[in-house]
Amino acid sequence: MGNTSSMLTQYDIEEVQQHCNNAFSQQEIVSLYERFCQLDQNGGGFVSGEEFLSVPEFAVNPLSQRLLTMLDGLNFKEFVAFLSAFSPRATVQQKIEYGNGKVTFNDMLDVLHDLTGQFISEHQREQVLTKVLEEAGYTKESLLVMSDFVKILGSSGLKMEVEVPVD
Amino acid sequence: MNSSEGKLKSSSSELDLDRPNIEDYLPSGSSIQEPHGKLRLRDLLDISPALTEAAGAIVDDSFTRCFKSNPPELWNWNVYLFPLWCCGVVFRYLILFPMRALVLTIGWIIFLSCFIPVHFLLKGNDNLRKKMERALVELICSFFVASWTGVVKYHGPRPSMRPKQVFVANHTSMIDFIILEQMTAFAVIMQKHPGWVGLLQSTILESVGCIWFNRSEAKDREIVTRKLREHSQGADNNPLLIFPEGTCVNNQYSVMFKKGAFELGCTVCPIAIKYNKIFVDAFWNSRKQSFTMHLLQLMTSWAVVCDVWYLEPQNLRPGETPIEFAERIRDIISVRAGLKKVPWDGYLKYSRPSPKHRERKQQSFAESVLRGLELEEK
Repeated sequence: MGNTSSMLTQYDIEEVQQHCNNAFSQQEIVSLYERFCQLDQNGGGFVSGEEFLSVPEFAVNPLSQRLLTMLDGLNFKEFVAFLSAFSPRATVQQKIEYGNGKVTFNDMLDVLHDLTGQFISEHQREQVLTKVLEEAGYTKESLLVMSDFVKILGSSGLKMEVEVPVD
Repeated sequence: MNSSEGKLKSSSSELDLDRPNIEDYLPSGSSIQEPHGKLRLRDLLDISPALTEAAGAIVDDSFTRCFKSNPPELWNWNVYLFPLWCCGVVFRYLILFPMRALVLTIGWIIFLSCFIPVHFLLKGNDNLRKKMERALVELICSFFVASWTGVVKYHGPRPSMRPKQVFVANHTSMIDFIILEQMTAFAVIMQKHPGWVGLLQSTILESVGCIWFNRSEAKDREIVTRKLREHSQGADNNPLLIFPEGTCVNNQYSVMFKKGAFELGCTVCPIAIKYNKIFVDAFWNSRKQSFTMHLLQLMTSWAVVCDVWYLEPQNLRPGETPIEFAERIRDIISVRAGLKKVPWDGYLKYSRPSPKHRERKQQSFAESVLRGLELEEK
């Protein structure tokens, strides 16, 4: 652990904890801070997109570009808030809320594009998406909100949990 | 200072061919849930596995762990131990360090006063000159090791000079080379450095047959491969030492070996090096420290304690590819030195991973989506 934890006071830790709705324990926040400092190589107090991409495991993920729009330039408090959706303590509601507001057909198409790359044509993507939407009772014009997501994804199988290593 | 030395340069396409299946090492389960049977909206919208994997990588990843410095545990944390620690600091900086600097200076004087005459006067008598230069290089390395109070325990039979054999070792710092060199004058392949290190490289190390390369030069790779091959075939040449990781790793993990050393048609003799962390963290974090600072840090520590194992020479087995061979040797070394293996290429420190990995995942997901689509249309 060393000296990084001394830069975080108890007050700081509690503030961060509150900000993320107690999704992480205090020890986990200290570990996350160490990690944050490790990623923030130039010491600017925030992690840039480039610094995130220097983690190869992150860079090979198909959703990395999309996540970067949300992650770029986050300070530590916001960083923890972002990761709080992945805490085992976050409720299912909180996890889905993460997928913010209303989702349009084009949003879903974009995500599908991320996941499939150049291996399906745009036309096929549209086709597939329209078909499954209709089967589920929606149309191309529907705007999906949180309650829709809860219905579609169901409470089972929404496995979005990440373990924070604590020394 | 720019970088630690990588041993063999590779173009970006090489980065892919060099790696065996990364999927074998990454957390199990594909990051994109592949739909089976009839396609449903849920299958397309549920991005949670990919998201989770991305978040997991943000929180902790095996690549960054390889390059984390691990300073020894602080023990000076209470009112009794702190003064003791202070005494230790005073002793180390004001007594040990000057003594060591003195030893090193004497060593250099002796070395230079022998090396320069031998190098110039014995120009005609190559055999004798080479022998003496080798002995002198071993000498100056011993002085270096003494200047950190290096306690090195060598296990296994000493390397012999034979043609068609190369030595490979795991890499923690440039001092690996010095520690090995004091026992046997190897010819090492290194990245050309600037500054005083570069000067040493082009003068003294040249005499033991070291090979330079420049990571940033495109054509370099072929030239280097050729030089390696030539060197390894020659009977009089000093045994060749290669660090196939290509970069310094923190002595707790090992990154993937570059296959160049394993396709020379030679016997490969693995060497494992393990530093004892209690005394000092010997990892040279080239991003954080210059080599000079690193040496000074070592000279003001108590000691550098390490074990060196010369392991059983291995040959390419029938039907084995060079990559498999490299992995097998990496296994042998990692087991001996207690290192955890990670599937990353050390050069990812300097460049991004190739898009091929992402594309592979995208491709398999795309195929299953298309399959689902076809099922629908039936």
